[in-house]
Amino acid sequence: MRATVLVRPKDGILDPQGEAVGASLRTLGFAVSRARVGRLVDLELDAADAASAREEVERMCTELLSNPLIESVEIQVLEP
Amino acid sequence: MSGDAPLVAVVRFPGSNDDGDAVLALSMLGADARLVWHRDRELPDRTGGVVLPGGFSFGDYLRCGAIARFAPIMEAVRAFAAEGGPVLGICNGFQILCEAALLPGVLRPNRQLEFVCRDVTVLVESTSTVFTASCAPGDPLVIPIKHGEGSWFADRETVAELEAAGRVVLRYEDDVNGAVERIAGVANEAGTVLGLMPHPEHAVDPLLGPVGGIPILRGFVEAARTASIVVA
Repeated sequence: MRATVLVRPKDGILDPQGEAVGASLRTLGFAVSRARVGRLVDLELDAADAASAREEVERMCTELLSNPLIESVEIQVLEP
Repeated sequence: MSGDAPLVAVVRFPGSNDDGDAVLALSMLGADARLVWHRDRELPDRTGGVVLPGGFSFGDYLRCGAIARFAPIMEAVRAFAAEGGPVLGICNGFQILCEAALLPGVLRPNRQLEFVCRDVTVLVESTSTVFTASCAPGDPLVIPIKHGEGSWFADRETVAELEAAGRVVLRYEDDVNGAVERIAGVANEAGTVLGLMPHPEHAVDPLLGPVGGIPILRGFVEAARTASIVVA
């Protein structure tokens, strides 16, 4: 089973990296009004089915992959 | 005061780089400071205080401190803190304590996205911790900072609770990194666990610069002296 976790800075959380990227894109002439920079984690894992894989990845997010104070997560589970 | 120097364990993680200075500074201030490897499962007998030093444990991968908090020694540190043993987290150590939920909040990239490395003035906001018991409220301490991810953050309710409970221990005089309410250091409820971004271990010798770290480290060593009898 494969899964992808998208970790984003939560709305309302200052994201200086995103601001710097947005400013640079505007400098290059792109009409970007907002940029936010997060993190992507690709996982391969053993799981009986998609539901149990998702459960497992949710636990991974809570325990390590994200800090819920400042980050939100989106989990995508891909069937083999 | 007993003649024996209290034993202070300075935990060395892969990527720690202020562990040596911590040992040196604490030794100067009368502690028997010893390095402890992060894979150890127990603190030395009669440990009276624990330091999580500055550095870049585990390469700051994922988030600063996020991986170090699973180090085998951390269970012992957690138990030691729960019994009231004094624990001092400096810079990366502060990040580890936050990730381990031993302290509230989280350290985020500096707002200016620059690594800051200079002496700053922090004001003592709370004297109800073992680290600041000898200070007066408002005392200015000049201590260096050197971090890229030292912008402390917590939500508004948490900050209000901490302020009311005297758990905001140190505040930058000027905004240096975008930290909420210019907070430089916070403590646990009992005032026995302190995390701070400034480096008191670099500010103990007048030959090398300011000495604002002395009161904090001295308070810690005194607390370790008591704890080595009570806790250990």
